[in-house]
Amino acid sequence: MSVLLFAENANGKFKKATLEAASYASELASKLGVELHAVAIGTIANDELAKLGTYGVAKVHTITDAGLSAAFSDQGYTRAVVAVAQAIGAKSVIFSQSYNAKAVAPRVAARLNAAMLSGASSNPTVQGDSLVVTRSVNSGKGIETVRTNRPVSVISVKTNSYGLKETPKTAAIEAFAFSSQASDFGAKSVEVVKTANKISITEADTVVSGGRGFKGPENWGLLEKLADLLGAGTACSKPVSDMDWRPHHEHVGQTGIQIAPNLYIAIGISGAIQHLAGVNSSKNIVVINKDPEAPFFKIADYGIVGDLFEVLPKLTAAIEKAKAAHA
Amino acid sequence: MKSLVCISHVPDTTTKIQYTADGKALDKTGVTFIINPYDELGLVRAIEFKEKSGQGNVTVLCVGNAEVEPTVRKALAIGADDAVRIDCGTAAIDGLYVAHQIAAYAKDKGFDFIFFGKESIESNGSEVPGMVAELLDMPFISQAIHLEAAGGKAQLQRELDGGYESIESSIPAVVSCQKGIAEWRIPNMRGIMMAKTKQLAVVVPAVATDVAVVTEKLELPIAKGGCTYIDAEDPGKLVEILVDKGLI
Repeated sequence: MSVLLFAENANGKFKKATLEAASYASELASKLGVELHAVAIGTIANDELAKLGTYGVAKVHTITDAGLSAAFSDQGYTRAVVAVAQAIGAKSVIFSQSYNAKAVAPRVAARLNAAMLSGASSNPTVQGDSLVVTRSVNSGKGIETVRTNRPVSVISVKTNSYGLKETPKTAAIEAFAFSSQASDFGAKSVEVVKTANKISITEADTVVSGGRGFKGPENWGLLEKLADLLGAGTACSKPVSDMDWRPHHEHVGQTGIQIAPNLYIAIGISGAIQHLAGVNSSKNIVVINKDPEAPFFKIADYGIVGDLFEVLPKLTAAIEKAKAAHA
Repeated sequence: MKSLVCISHVPDTTTKIQYTADGKALDKTGVTFIINPYDELGLVRAIEFKEKSGQGNVTVLCVGNAEVEPTVRKALAIGADDAVRIDCGTAAIDGLYVAHQIAAYAKDKGFDFIFFGKESIESNGSEVPGMVAELLDMPFISQAIHLEAAGGKAQLQRELDGGYESIESSIPAVVSCQKGIAEWRIPNMRGIMMAKTKQLAVVVPAVATDVAVVTEKLELPIAKGGCTYIDAEDPGKLVEILVDKGLI
């Protein structure tokens, strides 16, 4: 028996979300008194594989099948993960909530007839044969406590909810024999196109977000300067993306991306209920708005009531000064 | 194209969520229900296929009790041809239960595409589409932002972090929809009138299975401790606090 981690890599490197899922899986494995194994698909250097040990992985099963190494396949990845899970008798299979993980996890759950706990925001408590976790529902407006009713579970870990925790082990690396077949490529990747080289807002520790208060896309330089200083991702409210001031993939909220950074700075966003639903898992919220009645202040930790065009230059100057003092 | 569009009946996005006193269910008092917005994108894309080619069929499917019927009628008003409700009654359901019912219904109907939203705004699980694909052994294109079909193949784009992936898929396929694949539509009066006469079949669940996941409790997030205000003239104070807390 063991816990299995789906250790996704991008161009041979493990993403932060993968390492977070490893940290989460490591705690679960120790609660269950079993080892944490990982399955890694693709060409990955040994020192990168060893990194999984830092987060508690005892053994990495590597699959270097040419077809699956060349491109993602929802059916092929599913068969591979299921093959490893069955070979090692996995009690629980842990995923991040990356795009590819979200495509594979439910397939694996259906194949294993497993209880699927998606977007878990707490590490499970073990109650007899069941695992109990919390997850956010109603797009962040509520919290659901759920219990598994199957011997095997599939858990996807809500990004940025658990954090990175090191529990160093020396990970054994072992090749797992798996061959893809033509039927694994019903959906065939043609190419992957990068449209933004910026920091991923789901993984970012800090996100700076702008709303209609900016009055137009020409004023976004103010926000970008602040984000650059903080090494932050940039996001926006729904009206801003609807008006095409900013691209859709920056829209955070109920019908946009849901994020949970350490620090969320909302500037010129009033805080409609749909927006708050997408960001209220943020650990610290700063709101800058000229309207003291803006609903956003109700869930803010820190607020500045003022005109963003006056506040932002002062704020960036103060951060530059603080950075210079710490340099 | 013959399409099946699976929809969820969810609280409107403006709803202030409350749960019943026992913490077991949503308090539906005063709540307006809508078609899950992402599911509606799949519905519109399916209707567009039919409009463009002048042939094909769009069936809407919802797993739920009689309460969901107005939402299903709205899908018919937008332009679906017929509808099916799998009557699960008032028993608790989960993603795997719903996936089993949908897969059993769709198995021998010859649908080219089975559409879903990328997630429901109620349970935010993104579970059912992938599960249905696995149960039917079909390719699954998740978070699709673009879909065309020609020569027995589908050309898609699926959203990725900071970009997208172009995909060529065999048909039939399961597609979960993200913004970009279609635009939302408001039903017109003619559509609303026609919807009243379209078929809405009610069928019993074909697969007897218990839930794999049990809801123990639903609650609201803990309210924040209140906002500390900082003078707009002196944002340096905010920087001091954030540095102290190790946030910047």
